[in-house]
Amino acid sequence: MASQWKPVSELANDVQSGVISASELVEASLKTIAAKSEYHAVLSVLEASARARAKDIDTRIAKGETIGKLAGVPFIAKDNFLVFGAETTAASNILKGFQAPYQSTAINLLEAEGAICVAKANLDAFGHGASTENSDFGPTLNPHDKTRVPGGSSGGSAAAVVLDMVPFALGTDTGGSSRQPASFSGCVGYKPTYGLISRSGVVAMASSTDTIGTLARSVEDVATITDVLAGIDELDSTTIQRETEGYAITDTSLKGKKIGVVKEYMGEGLDPGVKTAIESAIEKLARAGAEIVEVSIPSLALSLAIYYILVPAEISSNLSRYDGQRFGYSDASATNLEDSYVKSRSHGFGKEAKRRIIIGTHVLSSGYYDAYYKKAQLVRTKLINEFNSVFESVDYLVGPTAPTTAFKLGENANDPLQMYLADVMTVGASLAGLPAIVIPAGSSEDLPVGLQLMSPAKTDNQLLNVAAAAQKVMSA
Amino acid sequence: MISKEVKDQYQVTIGIECHVQLKTVSKLFASVGNDAKGAEPNTLISHICLGMPGALPVLNEAAVELASRAGFALGSRPSSFSKFDRKHYFYPDLPLGYQITQFDEPIVLGGEVQTIVDGEPHVVKITRAHLEADAGKSSHPANADYSLVDLNRVGTPLLEIVSEPDIHSPAEARAYAHELYLLMKYADVSEANLFHGNMRFDVNVSVSKTDELGTRTETKNLNSFRSVEKAAEYEINRQIELLEKGTLIQQETRGWDDAKQRTSSQRGKEQAHDYRYMPDPDLPPVILSDEYIERIKATIPTLPNEWRERLSSLGLDASQSAVLIEAEVDSEAVGYLDVLESALSDQAYAKQLANWFVNIEIPLRNDEKANIELPVDDRNKLYSEVHALAQESLLSSSNAKALITDIFSHSSLPKDIRGYADQQGMMQVSDTSAIEAIVTEVLSANPQAAEDVKNGEMKAIGFLVGQVMKASRGTANPGLAQELIRKKLQ
Repeated sequence: MASQWKPVSELANDVQSGVISASELVEASLKTIAAKSEYHAVLSVLEASARARAKDIDTRIAKGETIGKLAGVPFIAKDNFLVFGAETTAASNILKGFQAPYQSTAINLLEAEGAICVAKANLDAFGHGASTENSDFGPTLNPHDKTRVPGGSSGGSAAAVVLDMVPFALGTDTGGSSRQPASFSGCVGYKPTYGLISRSGVVAMASSTDTIGTLARSVEDVATITDVLAGIDELDSTTIQRETEGYAITDTSLKGKKIGVVKEYMGEGLDPGVKTAIESAIEKLARAGAEIVEVSIPSLALSLAIYYILVPAEISSNLSRYDGQRFGYSDASATNLEDSYVKSRSHGFGKEAKRRIIIGTHVLSSGYYDAYYKKAQLVRTKLINEFNSVFESVDYLVGPTAPTTAFKLGENANDPLQMYLADVMTVGASLAGLPAIVIPAGSSEDLPVGLQLMSPAKTDNQLLNVAAAAQKVMSA
Repeated sequence: MISKEVKDQYQVTIGIECHVQLKTVSKLFASVGNDAKGAEPNTLISHICLGMPGALPVLNEAAVELASRAGFALGSRPSSFSKFDRKHYFYPDLPLGYQITQFDEPIVLGGEVQTIVDGEPHVVKITRAHLEADAGKSSHPANADYSLVDLNRVGTPLLEIVSEPDIHSPAEARAYAHELYLLMKYADVSEANLFHGNMRFDVNVSVSKTDELGTRTETKNLNSFRSVEKAAEYEINRQIELLEKGTLIQQETRGWDDAKQRTSSQRGKEQAHDYRYMPDPDLPPVILSDEYIERIKATIPTLPNEWRERLSSLGLDASQSAVLIEAEVDSEAVGYLDVLESALSDQAYAKQLANWFVNIEIPLRNDEKANIELPVDDRNKLYSEVHALAQESLLSSSNAKALITDIFSHSSLPKDIRGYADQQGMMQVSDTSAIEAIVTEVLSANPQAAEDVKNGEMKAIGFLVGQVMKASRGTANPGLAQELIRKKLQ
């Protein structure tokens, strides 16, 4: 199906040069959002502010002003980004009606280059999930099959891109939340090196692995967005220096690129259809001249276990601020402080958030901290060391994104462990802080399959280049 | 009441935790003003102080610098590696649901503070000092069905200084608290205004008849040296009384009622929290280079204890030293020790200056009725000129004092101090004939004293010199007067 959107940089050029107006782009986007509302990809639409911004840009262009790299380009932000002009709910009842008093750095940077936020995308509440079924406001449907999930937690963002509502969308990726929905829905999903893009103004899930994801139609578009977002932000002390002045696709050759196939990802538990698609994709990389070798990262077997210790620990801490006292849902029937805490949090949080708060509280409690949290951190360090040593012999890693294609709505809803397994191939890069990107790589039984590529920390530009090369090979 | 005899059977053990508010312009993790004194409630806040979704802490470098200074003041040095942790509990004045503090790798480890108790040095070892963000302020209006929360203080940088249990009496506790105050002032770490709660002390007290420590209680939030001393004293007596009755001490947190001068139970151990400490993933560790640490070290001024030694070598006794060391921080706009420090190359002058500070200027400035007009900048010149006149024996010590006191009430220095002193009739008369006349008068008016001196009772000569001084209204050179008296009576 052809897209209505040209590559992002061309769109911006067209707007700047008057070929098309920002208002026309925004209208086209709003129209598609309305037409595809049945998929429930978005939670709120910023009609008024988007139109006003578009008009402003058009006026400034008419006056001869230069707008920026993303002049007039509409986008959708996952609803855990604080954005003016709409509520920010993180798809949780506890934040229903919350109006951001400040904006996230990522949104500010995009707006400074002329991009226009047109809607807020659905997600698993607070990012907890792999299907968007944990949204307190109802799930998003898979663009390819309405009986299936789009993946998660950035399922709304991925679906919005695949449904052609916008040229790109922002997601977040804590353990695979941008990559896995890209794989399930069929678009590009990128998770940068930890710290490359500011987390300021993004509702925190797990601070030590939270990253800002980008979902788009092409790796080129991802590079254009990354070029705008990457770098140090004085509001986020975990941000790092850009590794390059300009993130851009300049080398789309796979010749001689050393790519390791992660043995642990190709074994037991991988759906045969997905396996076939991934093997054939890797075959294509080899045919294009990439040097493919098998590598092993033994601690990956433990990555899901340690992820589901460390991440809930951080979640239980990060969600402490939702106490019903200053903002968000506060239970009016409470009779005293303790009662207000209990009722506001019991009624405001969904099941999954509560599950993770309980797990996290447990692993941090005295007597259990050493056995769980501390040990998990040790294994995490071991995992990072294993990644580092593998990257001494290969430049990139490749493998599937998730063990299966998009599953049916409700299929895993009552089995949290099965749901957690959807993250098994993505949490490794998250725990190690590595950049990783998913590109469409064929299908299995008419459902998209995404190929995941990873590279050493702070080599995002190289990763984007090799992914662009791979994307070219896949569609050839 | 317990008898002294009973009391003496108990060994008292005290450890003190002190929260010092650092004098940064902005908060520990947010670019918001830090001076909550007198501010309307909830005006010094941002999305970070409020714990809004997506808000991230960013460490204030100035707080790290002040904590590093404190490290040196505490006889230690800042650690090259420290980190922040989250301490979890729910309370309305704690917006994040956790306090950002340093749990196992604080910015300062070890150290010691030397105090003077009853004229004897006493050393208290420091366990650690760590940075943490203050919480807000809750108030509970009487008869109201609501409480109020002011978040202005949220995120104010605190340094918590934890002592070893090296303190064994209320007097030692007070001396330690007071010495911490001086150190924080001298190292310029805190405004250290106790009235405004810039330093708050938690006093842990236990008593025991054996080598094994007794169960301790912690009396929190004491904001004066006196209350530290009194609370410790109260707790010691209370605990001994209970133990003598055979009652066990409950490990608990207690509060101090300043009006009733007593402690009371606030929270028992069974209500103690599990704080679920966890490294704060939003804040990278604080790594200080050797160059940074050395650079800070080079800016640490002379600290009270070293001053005590210096002043003692200048001939000041302990109480005079104490007056000077205290005055230095009481009236920061004036400053004594800097002046003294720059005069140290001339020991005689330094000695004289210290004397004048203690005996003239400090009492004068403490006297609310005294009229001080002279700009502080002019006093160095005043002192050095008066000193020169005294050195030349042109001014008696009592007239030097009178001259200094007099000139302090001027709005500027007289152009010619020597001329002014002369005009005031303060200059010492060293003219032999003039003094001789007075001596003759004095001897004839005091025949008995003159006789005594003749008989070798040298005490009487002092009396006669005094009479000469009196008759000359202080201007006679006393050395010369004595010489003339001797000569006449030989």
